[in-house]
Amino acid sequence: MDKKNRTYIRVAILGVLLAALVFAVYTSFVKDPNAVKVGKEAPNFSLEQLNGPAVTLSDFRGKGVILNFWGTWCEPCKKEMPDLQKQYEAYKDKGLVILGVNIGESPVTVEPFTKQFGITFPILMDKQSEITKLYRIVPIPSTFFIDPDGKVQEIFLGPLNEDMITQKVAKILPK
Amino acid sequence: MQLVQLSDWLLDIAFVLYVLASIVFVVAMTGKNWAGRDPKQHELKYGRIAYWLALIGFIAQTGYVIFRWIAGGHSPTSNMFEFMAFLDYCIILAYLIIYRIYKLTVIGAFVLPLGVIMLAYSYVFPKEITPLIPALQSYWLHIHVTTAALGEGILAVGFAAGLMYLVRTVPQEAATKSTRWLEIVLAVVMMLVGFIGMESTFSRLDHKTVFELPKEQLNFQGEMEKMKVEYTLPAIVAPEGSKIIQAGPMTPLFTAPSWMEGKDAARKLNTMIWSVISGLVLYGGLRLILRKRLGAAMQPAVKDIDPELIDEISYRAISIGYPVFTLGALIFAMIWAEEAWGRFWGWDPKEVWALIVWLFYSAYLHLRLSRGWIGAKSAWMSVIGFVIILITLVVVNLVIAGLHSYAGV
Amino acid sequence: MDQIKCECGHANPVGTMLCESCGRPLELEIKGEASFPDMRYEGMARRSQTYSRTIIDRIWNYFSSVKVAIGIIVIILVASAIGTVFPQQQYIPVPVPTEPDVARFYTETYGKLGTIYYTLGFHNMYSSWWYVTLLVALGTSLVICSLDRVIPLYKALSKPRVNQHKSFLKGQKFYGEAELPAETDSAALVEAASAALRKKGYRIFQNDQAMMAEKGRFSRWGPYINHIGLIIFLLGVLLRNVPGFYLDEFVWVREGQTIAIPDTPYYVKNVQYHTEYWKEEEMAQELDLKGGAVVKSYQTDAILYLNKNADLPGANPDLVEIKSGPIIVNHPMEHEGLALYQTGVQEMQLGALNFVLVDKKAGNKEIGPIKLDLYNVPAEQQVADGVKVRVLDYFPDFVMGKDGKPATQTNLPKNPMFALEVVSEADNASEKLVYLSGSIITEKDDSRYTLEIKMPDLIDISGLMVRKDKAVPLIYFGSFIFMIGVAMGFFWQHRRIWLQFHGTRVMLAGHTNKNWYGLKQEAGAMIEQAKLPIAIEDKSKA
Repeated sequence: MDKKNRTYIRVAILGVLLAALVFAVYTSFVKDPNAVKVGKEAPNFSLEQLNGPAVTLSDFRGKGVILNFWGTWCEPCKKEMPDLQKQYEAYKDKGLVILGVNIGESPVTVEPFTKQFGITFPILMDKQSEITKLYRIVPIPSTFFIDPDGKVQEIFLGPLNEDMITQKVAKILPK
Repeated sequence: MQLVQLSDWLLDIAFVLYVLASIVFVVAMTGKNWAGRDPKQHELKYGRIAYWLALIGFIAQTGYVIFRWIAGGHSPTSNMFEFMAFLDYCIILAYLIIYRIYKLTVIGAFVLPLGVIMLAYSYVFPKEITPLIPALQSYWLHIHVTTAALGEGILAVGFAAGLMYLVRTVPQEAATKSTRWLEIVLAVVMMLVGFIGMESTFSRLDHKTVFELPKEQLNFQGEMEKMKVEYTLPAIVAPEGSKIIQAGPMTPLFTAPSWMEGKDAARKLNTMIWSVISGLVLYGGLRLILRKRLGAAMQPAVKDIDPELIDEISYRAISIGYPVFTLGALIFAMIWAEEAWGRFWGWDPKEVWALIVWLFYSAYLHLRLSRGWIGAKSAWMSVIGFVIILITLVVVNLVIAGLHSYAGV
Repeated sequence: MDQIKCECGHANPVGTMLCESCGRPLELEIKGEASFPDMRYEGMARRSQTYSRTIIDRIWNYFSSVKVAIGIIVIILVASAIGTVFPQQQYIPVPVPTEPDVARFYTETYGKLGTIYYTLGFHNMYSSWWYVTLLVALGTSLVICSLDRVIPLYKALSKPRVNQHKSFLKGQKFYGEAELPAETDSAALVEAASAALRKKGYRIFQNDQAMMAEKGRFSRWGPYINHIGLIIFLLGVLLRNVPGFYLDEFVWVREGQTIAIPDTPYYVKNVQYHTEYWKEEEMAQELDLKGGAVVKSYQTDAILYLNKNADLPGANPDLVEIKSGPIIVNHPMEHEGLALYQTGVQEMQLGALNFVLVDKKAGNKEIGPIKLDLYNVPAEQQVADGVKVRVLDYFPDFVMGKDGKPATQTNLPKNPMFALEVVSEADNASEKLVYLSGSIITEKDDSRYTLEIKMPDLIDISGLMVRKDKAVPLIYFGSFIFMIGVAMGFFWQHRRIWLQFHGTRVMLAGHTNKNWYGLKQEAGAMIEQAKLPIAIEDKSKA
């Protein structure tokens, strides 16, 4: 084995080991490869509405979608509901859809609640919290801003106010 | 229930025989130079008697293991008492194997007392046969725990030989760092003896001190009641914010610092303090009687033993124990964990400490094989290695809570 | 390539310590060292050690050092130990671990040390980037050390030398030399010695003036095999991070519920849950359990389904039964690498509330039963002919809100509150009722209807862990190889005995990597049987 060959072999082996290192360290930072990320496509799903047929996320291609996860027990959700409703009314003709995903509650609980707040955007019933798990929801409210191409533009944890919604909606409205 | 009683008796018989064997072994080693004796003959004769005593003790303990297994319907490895007794059984087994290879009397003089201490330690824990909780109902309990204990038993013989090497070779003419550390090791052994002595004396005397804690817990009747802590030993340290509801032989001198966690933290600290005190009293007493360092007092008994041979025995024991330990404490453990919890490794404190033991002995082997660490360095490492094993078996169970903490003292 | 020529004429590569041909120590003379070179590779050149010109070579040499390997082992050891001082994040009792909660937990529970522990990231020690880096460094060291040593070892072992150089023999720990009596038949002695050793299982290489006997050569491969096992093991650990190789989920399933297992196309149904306790007659000894009992088993009878409509999460599932049976601790339900483990239970939880509707105006006549399934609340139910009950509002975990309105704290039915409406079609009248914490509040004092509360339905909720680990076979395989390696290396030893005649002098030397005691005994037996006029001295004692 001459010197050149030896160097090549060593470079190759060290290269493989370095790749292993990079991979190992990378995965130590990224715990969940399936988590929804900004810039990636929002995972598709289908859920029944509170008072209506099932809707599928991909049906809203071409529109900007705000996907909001909420529950009646969550105080901040209550706070942001009127703001969401207002923005929905303002932008629904400009191509904005708001989908409020309720996490595992009964229609008899949700219905009075939506009536109280005068919600008119579709409320989707995630009975088994399946979609909540799919989107890795920890704190609520959690809101995903999805552009007309179905890509996640922003993930926001915590309650939104009108200004924030206006600002973020601008990014996802169809041009 | 006679089977249980029979197994208890057999264990008691084994204990007595191990004590006798230890005494005869010590006589074999120290009595060589008594007047009018041929040292070789003396060692041979008493060594043989001691070996037979140990062997019969081992057979008795085998009977204990078998009968308790039959009586309980599971291998006697499911709680602290059973595990410690089984570990002791493995130490004696490893001793018998190593003795068959090297036929050296002095090994017994170090291993048998260790066996006595371990068995006495097991007696400190509750002895009842408890039915298996669901997590322990697996044939891996038998395979994993017995193999791990066997590995640890063999490594314990490596420790005994290492200690022997140090007693034999550390120069005792002047006080050095080595003599100091050797004395510390011996003092720690005394503390273990002191702990066992205190615990078994006071549990018989029934001088309990009972404290009531300012915390509440649910009792079996589903009512909230104040937590209680029972001390077997006289209380030096009281739990923070506690009230004595049954006074013991002495009033506590101070309360445990608040950062000590858990219901039993103060009691453990109390036990620790007593162990240290009694160990130091024992150690100090021996030094007063002997009027020299313990190491120096022991040295003449082993002075005609080939240190290189003991070094090799220590290494041999470790090199046999290491694969067995790996198989039992790591590989079988991983297979069981995979089957019980769906992950072969979960960084549970006990798992981590088994890994630490393994890493330590891996370092030992590399240092010995590649860096020429033989003799004293190697012997010190075998001692430290056993200390780490004891941490894994005792400290982790009693102090750091985790999936493996099956009993507490 | 640079070469060193030996006295015997053989050209050896640089770094060779003992001549490849005759075994004469080479470096000894060059460096004038008094000690004999070590026998690990029989003095073969470990090439790696001989070049350090480029950075690649330097990195290579760094990792090929055993000293560095030991350093890495010790650092991992210390780090691992520190990680057990306080519990890792995964074991702390914080249900939804958000960062501030976790930080607070460590500070509140362990004080200042806890804060430091958390700040340094020790609460996630074993998945931290630097711990992972240490493991990869260990793997690197394993790969390079093995590659670097296996070639010289192979060369050394494949060329056993019968005629070793005299200084080689003299350098051994076991060595003996003696003057032969006149008219000794050296060939016969070689033969006798060979025969004696052959009986002990030695392989003999001989000519009429010299003999080399060896045994257990294969044990020299033990370390390499166990290191390969470890490399495979670490590779398996690394592979678990590849998407799809490892799955770790947890689901709570109520009795009767069928639920999707996240990230899989499977559903699981909890048919029934059951906890069994040890009976007194089953125990070997009477125990004082202070009124408690010892659990014998936790068992969920479950059905596993495959959802054929799994492409669209949330859509109505098209379930096909795959497997049914019990899930017990230590006995998971398995299907194609997916395993469901019994890991938790919430027993005796509220499942449904039961009432009887009573007509107070008709002499407390019972009209009919009402069942309110807390997880699937019926909006309306027919109680009897012409009498309906409607649910107006439902708060599963009732609390009075800050605004004075009823609210719920969670979506779990821990403290259900119902607002109901009884509608009587006959007289076209309706009345409102509220159920809260075991009592009924009627709209008016002289209401017509009220509810009689019956025993609620209690259900058990079973916690199932769902795991998939495709790397496990590789990890077991690595462990298996490791065990073969250590067993080979530690339970057998490579023993060699050289016997040489130089004119009237006889020389005997022995070497082993461990168990000198055993070698000494075998050599002693050989001397006795072949009646060699020689005694071995253990040089280390001199």
